[in-house]
Amino acid sequence: MSKFKKDGGKEIPPVNTAALPDIVFMLLFFFMVVTVMREDSLIIENQLPNADQVEKLDKKNPVSYIYIGKPSKGYEKYGTEAIIQLNDRPADVRDVTAFVNAERAALREELIPFLTIGMKVDKEATMGIVGDVKQELRKVNALKINYTTGNGVALDNL
Amino acid sequence: MAKRAAPEVNAGSMADIAFLLLIFFLVTTTIPKDQGLNRKLPPIEENDEDVIIKQKNIFTVLLNGKDQLLVEDELMDVKDLRQNAVNFLDNNGDGSCDYCQGAQDPASSDNPDKAIISLKNERETSYKAYITVQNELVAAYNELRNRRALEIGPAQGFRDMNFVEMQKNYKDARFNGNKTKLKEVIDQIKVEIPQKLSEVQN
Repeated sequence: MSKFKKDGGKEIPPVNTAALPDIVFMLLFFFMVVTVMREDSLIIENQLPNADQVEKLDKKNPVSYIYIGKPSKGYEKYGTEAIIQLNDRPADVRDVTAFVNAERAALREELIPFLTIGMKVDKEATMGIVGDVKQELRKVNALKINYTTGNGVALDNL
Repeated sequence: MAKRAAPEVNAGSMADIAFLLLIFFLVTTTIPKDQGLNRKLPPIEENDEDVIIKQKNIFTVLLNGKDQLLVEDELMDVKDLRQNAVNFLDNNGDGSCDYCQGAQDPASSDNPDKAIISLKNERETSYKAYITVQNELVAAYNELRNRRALEIGPAQGFRDMNFVEMQKNYKDARFNGNKTKLKEVIDQIKVEIPQKLSEVQN
């Protein structure tokens, strides 16, 4: 029965890692394809609510985002109430007009009427500040808006 | 000198380089979330002409600061909002709408064209409650539009396609069907069941 006996001193051969770069490259390409570069670094909390009657944003049309939410950790100097963030900075309701005009100025002329404002508002924000922003948008005639949401059951929000 | 075979390049650190790139992309990119509820804000108009709308044609939805829902002056659960909105829109009180299946209650809306849903919220209302209500109201319109699409779609050659799918197909470049015809059907449904969702400014 010595046939089945293990050879005493032989060590386990090392695992072949030759395919490791291939696996990592596969992951890398996956992430390169499905993600986009971060546009703004957020200084606020931005947990979007869910909805199930969502429409895809038309990528052919330009979109500008307005973020609203509570300042996140490390930015407590801006208070504890929900604030507006435009580009990388916290902003006031009055700045929305200037922001929309700046976004329009950066566009080709024929695309200006198609500018959509994406509202990325934190779940826990109140409608007061959202209403103020909407009023400002009406003043500059930026009427196409999109409440950006996750895809899920809306009733779970509450 | 004797020819020597070129030594093989050591590829052992290839994995490290790939990991480095991978981590860079993980940190600097996000998975885009580009979907949501499309809405159109009303333009600011100077004319203060009051349009007279019959009270029975308005479906008032009030969301107060404590996220309580008041529909037609009665407290309601969000779960029931969709069905109530459908019943209101589909009521067909004056009998002029031949595609409605409503109860024809004379105390409710005349027809889908006249029916208006009025949404009012307070400053303290939370955004998540607001979105939930918006979603339910859009769902009510979509429910009716889907039903109508399944009725008139087959005659135009769009079998088993509801309104939401029609819109999706219309935007989809890979859709191989008659797009001009599809657009006509979509527009017809939009005219028959217009989305009249007004928000009260406060």
